[in-house]
Amino acid sequence: MTEAVPWFALAGLGAFHGLNPAMGWLFAVALGLNRRDRSIVWLAPLPIAFGHALSVGAVAGTFIMAGVVIDPDLVRIAAGLGLIGWAFYHWRYGHRHRVRFGMQAGLAGLAIWSFLMATAHGAGLMLWPALMPLCTSAAAQPAGAGPLTTALLGIGLHTLAMLVVTSLLAITIYEWVGLEILRRAWINIDLIWTFALVAAGGFLLFT
Amino acid sequence: MTTWTPDPSFYPSPRMAMKASPETLAYVAAFDPNRKTPDAIAVVDVDPKSKSYAQIVGSTAMPNAGDELHHFGWNACSSCLCPNAPHAHTERRYLVVPGLRSSRIHILDTKADPKKPKIVKVVEPTEVAEKVGYTRPHTVHCGPEGIYVAALGNREGKGPGGVFLMDAETFDVRGQWEVDRGPQHFAYDAWWHLGHDTLVTSEWGTPDIFENGLIPEVLLGAKYGRRLHFWDLHKRKHLQTIDFGDKYQLVFELRPAHDPTKAYGFVNCVVSLENLSSSIWTWYKDGDKWAVKKVVEIPAEPAAEDQLPPLLKGFKAVPPLVTDIDLSMDDKYLYVACWGTGDLQQYDVSDPFNPKLAGKVRIGGIVSKASHPGAKNGALSGGPQMVEISRDGKRVYFTNSLYGAIDPQFYPDGIEGWMVKLDAKPEGGIAFDEKFFVRWPAPHRPHQVRLEGGDCSSDSYCYP
Repeated sequence: MTEAVPWFALAGLGAFHGLNPAMGWLFAVALGLNRRDRSIVWLAPLPIAFGHALSVGAVAGTFIMAGVVIDPDLVRIAAGLGLIGWAFYHWRYGHRHRVRFGMQAGLAGLAIWSFLMATAHGAGLMLWPALMPLCTSAAAQPAGAGPLTTALLGIGLHTLAMLVVTSLLAITIYEWVGLEILRRAWINIDLIWTFALVAAGGFLLFT
Repeated sequence: MTTWTPDPSFYPSPRMAMKASPETLAYVAAFDPNRKTPDAIAVVDVDPKSKSYAQIVGSTAMPNAGDELHHFGWNACSSCLCPNAPHAHTERRYLVVPGLRSSRIHILDTKADPKKPKIVKVVEPTEVAEKVGYTRPHTVHCGPEGIYVAALGNREGKGPGGVFLMDAETFDVRGQWEVDRGPQHFAYDAWWHLGHDTLVTSEWGTPDIFENGLIPEVLLGAKYGRRLHFWDLHKRKHLQTIDFGDKYQLVFELRPAHDPTKAYGFVNCVVSLENLSSSIWTWYKDGDKWAVKKVVEIPAEPAAEDQLPPLLKGFKAVPPLVTDIDLSMDDKYLYVACWGTGDLQQYDVSDPFNPKLAGKVRIGGIVSKASHPGAKNGALSGGPQMVEISRDGKRVYFTNSLYGAIDPQFYPDGIEGWMVKLDAKPEGGIAFDEKFFVRWPAPHRPHQVRLEGGDCSSDSYCYP
């Protein structure tokens, strides 16, 4: 049973990332409203999820490669410290990023935007505590799959969960709920996000 | 200064912002034209149920004299809800108040006691000049990348002027906004179409040609600003210039439609060299390019020479001098301040290419010196100038001073400051609120008005 925990964690984090308005569902709604076009609300989550997967994959890939080359324990500690450092950065300077895409963004623009947002938010780093056991313990890996395939499967599952939540939220808000809800229900996910980064870092350092 | 739910004054769309509850306070920039006493941000009670209605109930003096407070803005506003750069949990709390003459930028915290804003930070002019190379900060807008400040001069007090960014929480001066300014040299106002990734800037002049007042030779030579510039808001690149031509001088206040799907806006041209008229122009997207069309021309009014200041005697006419305009939140009414003749006009701009005059009042004016029911001393000096509209569009506030060095060129007998309020009917038509006449205490004169919680020239929106 414990072998399944990292998989649930990856899917759960995917849902959490999808839930964050800064990760793209709100952008999809805005594009639909600005262009008076329902189809973009359905379409936009695809490039958004693609950009997210690229970012998460690049960060995870870096650490997996590092784990092959140097002592995995060192990588674990480096990732833990990196996460806590990123949390601090996100808390202090997360609002300062250059904004490179707006309401005229095309699908490629959305993918790049999502890649930049996920990277700046440390989305890939946050997955590391769940990905690490998959890559280092043979017991967690599906039969016949090596660490790389397992990591790709993990990122795929994460992205799928993110895409499902992003699409569901975008379509529900666009079609039925409306934006008035933002004023009340947009809780400070950035704050939760910062704590999640710290928690993930702490988990890596102290387990 | 982070919160759990978004600042209640943030609205996703202009339609929702119109439902905001009425403002109870107005912040007004007040300056001493003699530069002897410090300028101040005054707080005016605009709650009709209050005992101190239409009175100045608080005032925060600047630490120095001679700043010339002029325009100012909020650190954060509804654009924080934009999906491409969301900062929903920043508070609208600080007023960013530049001195146009001193280039000093004051940060005032309105949270603890909204009637007594507290200065929490002063950015000295040397810091701005060193970090971004600009001086004479003018327009302040909260936007997707923080606080945008349009500055009129460079370090030496010449050109080019341009836009720089400040951090919306720490107020650090972040850097020049432009990546590629193209042919842009003069600066004045700046605003944007968030739905079309476009920033627009307008032109006055460089400090060496406006700080001692308008220079007749420069004006008659059509050498003040007369162009609009369109920019890619995110690439920060100059895209297009539109020159109004050598008849037109001083292209000032930019009022893009609040609805982000609409690609048009209004700008005022203060004076035509041909006939002293003022004009309103609509800019709009025409295919891939932006274009402009003159939609209103307000003529000068004939006047006897002895009623006119020296600058105008030869012309035997009062120019309307439209020096500010403001667009209601629903993009339906455009308010036009004729500082020379004393008119405050309301146009129905439902069709942006065919404005219809819907209402008019007259107060002050170079020749008319029209009074107000609440004024005790009869003939009023100055004329309608900075206009601000409540979010619901029902109340319009304005003051009567333009700029320290220009006031005496058109009102040589001096300007006694005042602030008034109009009630606007949803179907069109405006009238003075007879109970609202703020006689401004000397030696200060009032300029821009900002309303508690936001107004029609403070916020921009990413959702229609």
